[in-house]
Amino acid sequence: MTNVATKPVRRPTGRRTGVSKPSGWWALAFIAPATIGLVALYVWPFLSTLMKSFQDVPAFGPATFVGIENYTTLIGDGDFWKAFGNSALYTAIILLGIPLAVVLAALIEQVGRGRAIYRVLFFLPVVTLPVAIGMVWRFIYNGDFGLLNYVLSWFGVDGQFWVADPRFTIYAFGVVGIWMGLGINLIILGAGLQAIPKALYEASALDGAGRVRQFFHITVPLLSPSIFFVTILSVIAALQMFDLLFIMLRGVNNTALTDSKTIVYLFYEKAFVQFDQGYGAAIAIVLLMVIMIATAVQFRLQRSWVFYG
Amino acid sequence: MKRKWIAATAMVVATGLLAACSGGSGDTSNEKVTLTYANWSEDQTPAMKQIAAEFEKANPNITIKVQTLPWPEYWSTLQVGAAGGTAPDAFWMLADHFREYAKGGQLLDLSDTVKSNNIDMSAYPKPVSDSYTYEGKVFALPKDFDTNGLWYNKALFDAAGVKYPDDTWTWQDLQDAAKKLTDPKKGVWGIAAPIDSQGGFYNTILQAGGSIINPEGTASDFASPAGVAGLKFWTDLQAAGESPSLKQLSDTEAVSMFENQKVAMYTSGAYWALRFYKNADLKDKVDVAPLPQGVKRATVTSGIGNAGYAGSKHPEELKKFLAFLGGTKAAEIQAATGTVLPAYQGTQKPWLDSMPEFHLQVFIDAIDYSVPLPVAGNASEWQGLAPQFLSPAWDGKKPVEQAAKEYQDAVDQVLAKQ
Repeated sequence: MTNVATKPVRRPTGRRTGVSKPSGWWALAFIAPATIGLVALYVWPFLSTLMKSFQDVPAFGPATFVGIENYTTLIGDGDFWKAFGNSALYTAIILLGIPLAVVLAALIEQVGRGRAIYRVLFFLPVVTLPVAIGMVWRFIYNGDFGLLNYVLSWFGVDGQFWVADPRFTIYAFGVVGIWMGLGINLIILGAGLQAIPKALYEASALDGAGRVRQFFHITVPLLSPSIFFVTILSVIAALQMFDLLFIMLRGVNNTALTDSKTIVYLFYEKAFVQFDQGYGAAIAIVLLMVIMIATAVQFRLQRSWVFYG
Repeated sequence: MKRKWIAATAMVVATGLLAACSGGSGDTSNEKVTLTYANWSEDQTPAMKQIAAEFEKANPNITIKVQTLPWPEYWSTLQVGAAGGTAPDAFWMLADHFREYAKGGQLLDLSDTVKSNNIDMSAYPKPVSDSYTYEGKVFALPKDFDTNGLWYNKALFDAAGVKYPDDTWTWQDLQDAAKKLTDPKKGVWGIAAPIDSQGGFYNTILQAGGSIINPEGTASDFASPAGVAGLKFWTDLQAAGESPSLKQLSDTEAVSMFENQKVAMYTSGAYWALRFYKNADLKDKVDVAPLPQGVKRATVTSGIGNAGYAGSKHPEELKKFLAFLGGTKAAEIQAATGTVLPAYQGTQKPWLDSMPEFHLQVFIDAIDYSVPLPVAGNASEWQGLAPQFLSPAWDGKKPVEQAAKEYQDAVDQVLAKQ
């Protein structure tokens, strides 16, 4: 948003100059709050993290420069690659939630009255404390007394220890993650849906197109910029997953936590539990690069499927 | 334009994580001296406030602000605060974190305070006071201590017709009882056998004659015959189905299993006493006995220490407060409220009297055969390795000897880094 504000205003008269000179200081003054905030909260932490990633930072006392040692350790660290795999798997599961969100958004759009109620219901998890969400889902997933296994027992299905069994942990978290992200995604997609001209649906109906056909040939293409945006945000959020692990696997008594650590959990553990901030910083920088690459790839891929109208 | 906007948002969201790396909180100071005193326990906060009020009465110019942080955030907040100069003045310390802070020069040296206030260091359990001494200097005064005992459910023992545990019990007695108490039909197990270091396998390794970590703090002892015997104690109970499985103990903590009367025995610390006592269902059914003996009798012990921040703006007032926290008055308040077992010798009677139905004396008697909780090297790093390396043995997927060897190698690798 900031870069939009700093862009010179182009005048319709076609003159070459952008901002007229006397207003330069005013412009700076107006963007100062945003700039200061950006520098203090993003640029400075980024630079200090980058610096730390080339240092050995003890819990207390002066740091020493170690060059790329943290990064070479990281490449040879099996724990990191495992965490990387876990994060990738979790992200893939979260992506499965996007088609679901698109379908749900389209269905909610069909609802005449009471549409707001659905939006609120789906949005509730977004405004609920993650701690509360974690506790509720721990109960749902509990192997002995959990709600899920109780429901499964009606159908004669033997329940599992969804969280405590390392084979299922990440998938179980993926379901919670999709559910948690649904609210935001529905809001963004809902706004996108409302921008689609109704005339298109009417015209296609006259030509004999059914609901399903309209969905795939009108809704999805015209919604694609919103879908793209939702995908970008979901991937970033999924790669940064931490809170679910932190809350739902606390006190776990087997390898469920060790086997499902995500990149950010590993970062937390190194930097804040084991006091190895230099290594933690290196993990954070690598994660940033992973996110940037993932985002860049998506921007490249969008050319083939996003329709800007 | 839309594409740019998406890119900008993506950028901002992506860098958000990096902000987690630095941070801190402000503090204020005014004419009248205010000291902050941080802890991690909601349960104990009322007692801490009572102690603070008692101190303020005698020192009207000093105000104490008791601060309670949630356990998961306590250490990261303290660490960031200490590094950034905004740590609380006084705070709880644990032996396994102590070395990092003492070595890093973050703690106020209390050696002179001990001398000038005639504090008798021998009034504290030696394993606890020793764990807060670094290079001959005292950096924290013991607040409380805990040893381990065998909590048991009398009702379940009666139902199975098993004699209650007492101080004559050996490992064999416990194993026999666990077998008799286990009743799959009723969903009752003899004992909870989680992967628990402090309440579990550390004690049995010591009881088998092992040492956990060598005195120099350079190597661990899990794969020695005694180490393996101490671990086998638990894996045998698991293999025999006399404990809930690890998965079950992950979904429902061992202490909750005991509270729900699903397990008849649970080895753990004195700190559960108040929780069991306040539970109307359990109060009349629960009691505690000494841990059974193996080759010998043993338990690990540890305790919280009260430490001061070296960067405090009011070191003199802070020393006064810490001396008060280490004294008899503060200990008596803790004991009378039943909060914890205070470290100061002779002040524990009110704690015993506050829950007369439980034989809590076993925790005090245990001081005689207690061994300090091992804290060598980067303790928080190697302690975290236990579930990863030991669960294959607990689940019966690997022989205990092999898991113990791999665990030992991993721990030794961390110890070697120092």
